[in-house]
Amino acid sequence: MIKLRDITKVYPMGKRELTVLRGISVDIEKGELVAIMGPSGSGKSTMLNLIGCLDKPTSGNYYLEGKEVSRLNGRELAGIRANKIGFVFQTFNLLPRLSALANVELGMRYAGGVDRAKALEALERVGLADRANHRPTEMSGGEMQRVAIARALVKNPPLILADEPTGNLDSRSGAEIISILTSLHAEQGITLLMITHDANIAHHCQRIIHLMDGQVEREEQV
Amino acid sequence: MKKWLEPMSTAWVGVATHKLRSFLTILGIVIGVAAVISLMSIGRGAQEDILSRIETLGSNLITISPGSFTFRGVGGAAGGAQTLTIEDAEAIAEQVPYISAVAPSYSSNLQVVAGGENMNSQVTGVTPEYMSVNNLEIASGSFFTEFEYQRGARIVVIGSEIKETLFGDADPVGQQIRMGGIIVRVIGVLESKGQMFGSPDDAIFIPLTAMQQAVAQPRTAQGERVVSSISLTVSDEKQADYVVAEITTLLRARHQLGPLDEDDFNIRSMEELAQTVTEATGTMTLLLGAIAAISLLVGGIGVMNIMLVSVLERTREIGIRKALGARERDIWIQFLIEAAFLTFAGGIIGVIAGWVVSYIVSSTGLVSTVVSADIVIMAVSVSVGIGLFFGFYPAWNASRLNPIEALRFE
Repeated sequence: MIKLRDITKVYPMGKRELTVLRGISVDIEKGELVAIMGPSGSGKSTMLNLIGCLDKPTSGNYYLEGKEVSRLNGRELAGIRANKIGFVFQTFNLLPRLSALANVELGMRYAGGVDRAKALEALERVGLADRANHRPTEMSGGEMQRVAIARALVKNPPLILADEPTGNLDSRSGAEIISILTSLHAEQGITLLMITHDANIAHHCQRIIHLMDGQVEREEQV
Repeated sequence: MKKWLEPMSTAWVGVATHKLRSFLTILGIVIGVAAVISLMSIGRGAQEDILSRIETLGSNLITISPGSFTFRGVGGAAGGAQTLTIEDAEAIAEQVPYISAVAPSYSSNLQVVAGGENMNSQVTGVTPEYMSVNNLEIASGSFFTEFEYQRGARIVVIGSEIKETLFGDADPVGQQIRMGGIIVRVIGVLESKGQMFGSPDDAIFIPLTAMQQAVAQPRTAQGERVVSSISLTVSDEKQADYVVAEITTLLRARHQLGPLDEDDFNIRSMEELAQTVTEATGTMTLLLGAIAAISLLVGGIGVMNIMLVSVLERTREIGIRKALGARERDIWIQFLIEAAFLTFAGGIIGVIAGWVVSYIVSSTGLVSTVVSADIVIMAVSVSVGIGLFFGFYPAWNASRLNPIEALRFE
C-alpha cells in the first residue's frame, strides 16, 4: 500500500535549512493498522503530511498503491487526496458555520460529488445520525471528532491518516474514538495510520513505528 | 451544471454567514450602480424632452434664413443680409421636388397698441401655408384663409403670451390692435407651445400682403421683395438631405454666386437639429455616466479589500478544503464566484435604488427620466465584471496557499 524509500525533507528556515526527515524507509501493507510514535520534533507530522500528499519529499521515493507519487504536481496530488486519503486531525478542523451533515458532505465535494444519503450513512456509522443538523459549536470534542471521522470515511478511501486524533479529548471520548477507528479497520479493511503519544492507544495497533530525529528508530510488532 | 451549482451554494453560505460585512462590501457597488442608473436616466430623459419639443415644431421642417453678409471682407451678423426674397420662395416651390408647402415670412419689430396696453413686438407677415408648415395650432378663432391673404385683409393671429399682455383674460377675437400705421382685427389665438427657441407664443402673424401696408418691405437691387426667412416642409423626410442640396443649388444660381463665394443663406432642417441635440445630450449623458462609473470603480476596490480580508480569515477553511482534495482551481473558482455573487447582488440592489431615485426625480416634475433596459443590463454586467476583476487577485491568493501552513493557521 505505502512504500517509502529513503525519504528526506528539508525546510528552508531563512538562510539556514532545517532537516526534518533524514532518510525514512517504511512499508505499510494494505489493511494494516499502524501507530507512529516519537517525541515532538521527531518528524511524525511531516511524515504523515508526506504520506497524505499534502507535501512533497525533498528526495527519495514514495509509492502509493504501487504508483510513484513523490514527483506529481499539485493538481495530481489534490486528486489523490480527494479520492484515496481521509484525514483526521487533532483539532478536528470542521467548518464551524456548517452543520455536521454539511461538514460530512464536504468530504465528498472534491471526490466525485455530494451524496446526502451516503453522508447520513457515515454519520450513522459514527453514532451521530441524530445530530446531523447541529453545528460543531454545539457539540462536544468527542462528537466533533466523530463528525471528522465520518467526513474522512464518507468517500470510502483506502487510507485514513489520523494525527493525534485523541490529543484534544478526555480519556473517555478518546477511547470511543479509538474504538470507532479500530472497528473501521476491522470491518472495512481500511489501512489506518495514526500518530499518537499514548502508549495504550498505540498498543491497539498491529505495529508501532518509533521515530527519533527524523529517522526510524525501531519498529515494534504488537 | 452541478459543477457550477456547488460553488454557488458555497458562495451563498460565505455571503450569508457575514451578512453585515457582505452588505457593507457591496454598498459601494450599490451606490455606484444607483448613481449610474439615475444619472443616465436623467440624461436620457432630458434628451427625449428636447427631441419631443423639436417634434412639435415639425420634424420635416426646413428653415432658410439669410446668411451673414460680407462687405469687403468684414462679416456682419447672421441673418443681417437681405438676400432672400418672395421670388426665391416661389422658385423653390416650383422647381424643387418633394416639397409639400413653402412659407416665406417677413418680420419686423413694431409698436403694438390695444386698449390701454402698449408693447413692442415682432410682427411676422406670412402666407396661409405658414400655419401648417410650422405645426401651429389654433386655440380660439381661426387662421386666415387664402382669400383673405389675396385681398390683403388687415387681420392678425396672435400668440398666447401676446394675448396675455394685451388682453389679459378677455377674449381677444374680434378686438382691434393698432400697429405700425394700420389698425388690424384679431381673428385667432395660437395654442401655447411652451418656452423654447422659435416658440410662437410671443409672435403676431399677419398676412404678408397686409404687412406690406404696415411697413415698407425692402427690395433687392433686382427689385425682388425681401423676406426674413422661408420655411418649408418636405413630403418625404428621407429626402430632406436631397431637398437641402437642391435648394442650395437653386439659391446659389438665383443669387448669382460664383464657385468661390460662400452661401449667402443658411438652411437648417429639424432633422439636423434633432441630430445635433441628440449628439450633445448623448455626450452629456455619457459624461454623467462616466462620473458615476468612478464610484463603481471605488466600490470595486472595496470589494477587493474585503475579499483579501475574507481570504485571510478563512485560511484554515482553505487548508481544510485542500486536505479534502480541493485543487487550486476549486478554491479559485469558489472565491471568484463569491466576489461576483456579491457584486451581482450589489448591482441588482443598485438598479432598484437608481430606479427609485429617478422615479423621485421625475415625480418632482423638473426633469423627466428614462430608465432604459440597455443601461440596466450594462450596469449589472459591469458590476459582475468588477467582482470578477477585483476578486481575481484575492481568489488567486487563496488558491496558492500551502495546505499544511493553512491548516496550522490560527
